[in-house]
Amino acid sequence: MATVELRFSALPAHVRTARLVAAAVARRSGVDEGVLDEVRLAVGEACSRAVHLHRRHCPDRPVLVTLVDDTDAFRVAVTDEAPAEPGGGEGFGALTDVADLVDAEAVPPGVGLAVIAGLVDDVSVEPGRDSGLVVRMTWPTT
Amino acid sequence: MDLSLSTRTEGDRTIVEVGGEIDVYTAPRLREQLVDLVADGKYHLVVDMERVDFLDSTGLGVLVGGLKRVRAHDGSLRLVCTQERILKIFRITGLTKVFPIHASVDEAVGATE
Repeated sequence: MATVELRFSALPAHVRTARLVAAAVARRSGVDEGVLDEVRLAVGEACSRAVHLHRRHCPDRPVLVTLVDDTDAFRVAVTDEAPAEPGGGEGFGALTDVADLVDAEAVPPGVGLAVIAGLVDDVSVEPGRDSGLVVRMTWPTT
Repeated sequence: MDLSLSTRTEGDRTIVEVGGEIDVYTAPRLREQLVDLVADGKYHLVVDMERVDFLDSTGLGVLVGGLKRVRAHDGSLRLVCTQERILKIFRITGLTKVFPIHASVDEAVGATE
């Protein structure tokens, strides 16, 4: 089991850094080439969400991305430390009606998670140790 | 790859050619471009995404924002995209029902409401 950890300041530019690193480690772990776009997008969505929340609540705290090359799987965990937003309505079911999106000034925070859920078969969202969420995503490797 | 933006006019349509990555870092520039066009009275936009390498939900949000702005002036916002990896994101989010998506700029320019 080999691990790469990336801890980055909550800056939009570093979401791209995280995507690049995730894709590189995924490729090295043996994730199918055809799935790398999916890894890039899903990790990017999870990191964008974390950066957005950190900038609002705890801009000095870094976002943590853990990339694990396991025996038969590539595992990613994106951990944020932001407090839960009251009535944030985040979750995989948040995007219930496209009309919600068109009426909103910006994409609601749940959309990033909805995209991840639509892309990744093996995904879970859990509360973090003290605050925030851990988005875990797993892809099979060959 | 960074974001590239260029605009040109064909009749009453304004074509915005976008290239590179539309993400949380670059999306504000695309938003600014769309806002400026609408402020300039350009209400019929065609966003050509054939050279886009990456699009995430932040980029979707900017496109939705653009759609809202042109609709406020009875305008339109059409997309040109044939790349499966980009189309997939529109399908996952249900936005294929919101945006007319065309296979070419000519098709989008020729389309009527």
